Amino acid sequence: MEQKDIIYLDHAATTPVKPAVLEKMLPWFSQNYGNPSSTIYGLGRTTHEAVEGARETVAGCLGAKKEEIFFTGCGTEADNWAIRGCAYANRKKGSHIITTAMEHHAVLHTCMQLEKEGFSVTYLKPDAEGLIQPKAVEQAIRPDTVLITVMFANNEIGTIQPIAEIGKIARTHGILFHTDAVQAVGSVPVEVESLQVDMLSLSAHKFYGPKGVGALYVRKGIRPDIFMQGGAQERGRRGGTENIAGIVGLATALELACKNMDETMKCIAEKRDYLIERVLESIPYSRLNGHRTKRLPGNANFSFQYIEGESLLIWLDLNGIAASSGSACTSGSLDPSHVLLSIGLPHEIAHGSLRLTLGEETTKEQLDYVVEKLTNTVEKLRQMSPLYEAVQKG
Amino acid sequence: MIYTDKVMDHFTNPRNVGELENANAVGEVGNARCGDIMKIYMTIENDVIEDIRFKTFGCGAAIATSSVATELVKGKTIEEALKITNKAVVEQLGGLPKEKLHCSVLAEEAIQAAILDYCEKNGKEIPEALSGCGGCCGGCSHNHIAHE
Repeated sequence: MEQKDIIYLDHAATTPVKPAVLEKMLPWFSQNYGNPSSTIYGLGRTTHEAVEGARETVAGCLGAKKEEIFFTGCGTEADNWAIRGCAYANRKKGSHIITTAMEHHAVLHTCMQLEKEGFSVTYLKPDAEGLIQPKAVEQAIRPDTVLITVMFANNEIGTIQPIAEIGKIARTHGILFHTDAVQAVGSVPVEVESLQVDMLSLSAHKFYGPKGVGALYVRKGIRPDIFMQGGAQERGRRGGTENIAGIVGLATALELACKNMDETMKCIAEKRDYLIERVLESIPYSRLNGHRTKRLPGNANFSFQYIEGESLLIWLDLNGIAASSGSACTSGSLDPSHVLLSIGLPHEIAHGSLRLTLGEETTKEQLDYVVEKLTNTVEKLRQMSPLYEAVQKG
Repeated sequence: MIYTDKVMDHFTNPRNVGELENANAVGEVGNARCGDIMKIYMTIENDVIEDIRFKTFGCGAAIATSSVATELVKGKTIEEALKITNKAVVEQLGGLPKEKLHCSVLAEEAIQAAILDYCEKNGKEIPEALSGCGGCCGGCSHNHIAHE
């Protein structure tokens, strides 16, 4: 099958770089290649200005100040830096961190590592719809709590957390608050002041920018320990020669995403709702995972009873559809997705999950085709499932 | 996950899939919690596996190994069938990704479970090879693949 014929429904994994973004990036490889630290000559001043211009753009999109934006190598690095940096910097004050059981591994594994280093971590469980209750965050606060980190929107089930309410609680208690907004930035409005977040991670390739570049917003006055030691780049707080083309690409993509956000959100959410309705009405023993409306515009996550997710993905791939699952078989581990388990799904239902994440280019016609293939495939797999046989025979 | 062409062939065109109404040997191994269940139906006459069908809940490798295992044992005596190991299943498929090897073990054990059922129902002496594992999905405490 030709690449162009693929129906790509895995935008939560990554997105294609928009041609307009790529075009802006190209001059920063061979043409303007100066080191932004070499401002003594023109070539260096040009790239320095490009990086600083991009910083200003990103700050503008988030309602932040220019000097609060730090470029990183990816979203994972931003998460690591924020969490470890704050934990280490505040070690004398306390060693307790509050997070959730449904975080991305960039946060979860970082917290687990900190536990090994002597920190204690509370992992809040979301409710059955995948939401974290702000009250639960407040109740988890201890005198030695130094950091709260709660993801803005979940990468698997797309639920959007009440970040502003949690931010208010954190600020009231004088505790640093970080949010992993990798799935949210570029998809929904994110404005750091009203959210009262102290740190926020983002990643370019989730909003039609390039891979290999992210950013961390760090509110003025907060100083997480340095994660990447090196030169004076990023005001001495993140060493390493800047990925100029990547940074320009990140800023361009974010600017484009924010420009038409309301319209794009509405358009994608409409298609998502259409997909959800059609799937739930076409396929028996199916359910939607995550809150029906408090979710990312492009995210639909289903479970189909009596079948296993990887088999489903292979058949979808054979039909030219790229999707993802929380089944153990696709994660390379024995357990299904920790996110699906955290909302209380039994293992066997979590194994039969399917994540379809829509993008700007997704069409209704594509979704009709997907529903048709999905319905047939689920039925085919059920016909050979001993679990389904047992149900049908009662 | 990269599967061989043979795995894909057996996954997309599984052989001997379904049920056998007149089966006199049925074996089921694995469990839903681990994400793999294989159920094998056989008709055995004079200790020969005359016909065989399977149903599987599981990943691509689970379906492919079930399919191959049914091909390998069809027409064999139960004694011959019990000699077929998961290794033979893997070879027949041209290899499996490392994390999917447990599926081949499950296939071997599904065959054994069906034969055990036949032996028990027909008052036959239980062959030595059938010593007790209820199915190796690799994810549960009763299994012998190392985990966690």
